Amino acid sequence: MKSILSLTLNGRLREDVVPHNTLLLDYLRDGLQLTGTKRGCDGGECGACTVLVDGQPRLACSTLAHGVAGRHVETIEGMRRSGRLDRLQRAFHENLGTQCGFCTPGMVMAAEALLRSNPTPDRETIRSALAGNLCRCTGYVKILDAVEAAAREEASA
Amino acid sequence: MSSMPNFVLLRPETAADAVRLRAAHPDSRFVAGGTDLLPNMRRGLVRTPAVIELAAVRELDFIRRSGDELHIGAACTLAALAADPQVAAALPALSEAARAVAGPTHRASATLGGNLCLDTRCRYYNQSAFWREANQFCMKLDGDGCRVAPRSTRCHAAFSGDVAPALIALDARVDILGTGGVRTLPLAELYRDDGMAWLALGSEELLTAVRVPLTAGWQSAYAKARVRGAIDFPLSGVAVALRRDGEHLAILRIACTGVASRPCAIGGLDILVGRPLDAAAHDIIALAIKRDILAMDTTVAGMAYRRRATAVLAKRLVDRLWQEAG
Repeated sequence: MKSILSLTLNGRLREDVVPHNTLLLDYLRDGLQLTGTKRGCDGGECGACTVLVDGQPRLACSTLAHGVAGRHVETIEGMRRSGRLDRLQRAFHENLGTQCGFCTPGMVMAAEALLRSNPTPDRETIRSALAGNLCRCTGYVKILDAVEAAAREEASA
Repeated sequence: MSSMPNFVLLRPETAADAVRLRAAHPDSRFVAGGTDLLPNMRRGLVRTPAVIELAAVRELDFIRRSGDELHIGAACTLAALAADPQVAAALPALSEAARAVAGPTHRASATLGGNLCLDTRCRYYNQSAFWREANQFCMKLDGDGCRVAPRSTRCHAAFSGDVAPALIALDARVDILGTGGVRTLPLAELYRDDGMAWLALGSEELLTAVRVPLTAGWQSAYAKARVRGAIDFPLSGVAVALRRDGEHLAILRIACTGVASRPCAIGGLDILVGRPLDAAAHDIIALAIKRDILAMDTTVAGMAYRRRATAVLAKRLVDRLWQEAG
């Protein structure tokens, strides 16, 4: 069964006819070709599919598309500012927070949710906020460095 | 992970409508945060023709004080529960338990009601259909007999919610809405010691709220053992509520999770009231825990470890709260 799904995606209102059993991840990747949101474990354990729903981090692989009807959804594609990298994306790049890059969109979105609620987090707070995001490459130190750098840049702006 | 099976999605806006829809669709399932149910549906563990999605039922998302109780709506997210200053100040065990559930992204959508009604877990159940078939399934779904206790006549899958033991130790009650109205019962009575039928809920009933007494002078805390500190279900979880009167115990409640098919309140602790917390008291606590829990081979960690971990977590928490109350 299908019905119309209305939501705001990366700042733009959308209406699509979506089957009831569609996951938010499938709607974004297969329906809209927004493939920046990654399918990792696909079972709610790795955080690679993290998007923001009304500013809160959400696992797109464990969320029904119709469950975010009427809400504001943000993906990694919505992070760029005027065609340029956002301060978090730039910080990941400049601090070598990315190796294979697969976990990076989820890391960036989880970090974005943190910085919006707490612009000056200490390292332990960053660790807690990213605890549900797994990376198999970097060992996390560079990722924590990147989020700290983005927070510093925001504080000095 | 398999693709999501087909179903009809129903989106009520009130709790009463949700219950009416459930009564009209007997094989339907409620879903709130979906962090446990949706992966289970994709694994084929939950099969339903209709899903009643509760995100639009805003009336159940609240935390408010009412007299000497704190009332918490079932749709309150675990993140909101963990961050609430009233809860942290008056009911630290509840705050700590909510914070100990999974990872931060799960907690942002997972709800109190969902965690209290969490499906029981077992390493022979929470697997793909291919894996379960290779083990001839089990009595919880599609097969016969219990793989962890082959001679048992019942399923031993473990209840693994973190919040329930904290609320049981704090003497919480729950409101259950059915087509005939609301009934209220002690949270401990919501559960049965059966991995297949662990909830004493009618087929159309919805857990709508939790009522927690704000009892002056109680100290409380929650701790869990898990494989990965950042994210996992409890191998064992322990909640303790305690009141110290000078050099004597005035109240001691202990409840555990992950070590039986229901969150279990440890019995026989009232004999410690009026006594000091000495070595003899610790022996009584350890014996009571050993008697009341039933850790089975349901997780990656062994039974002996989880039994010992339960006793150690309880001793640490009781000692800590006793010192803090002194």
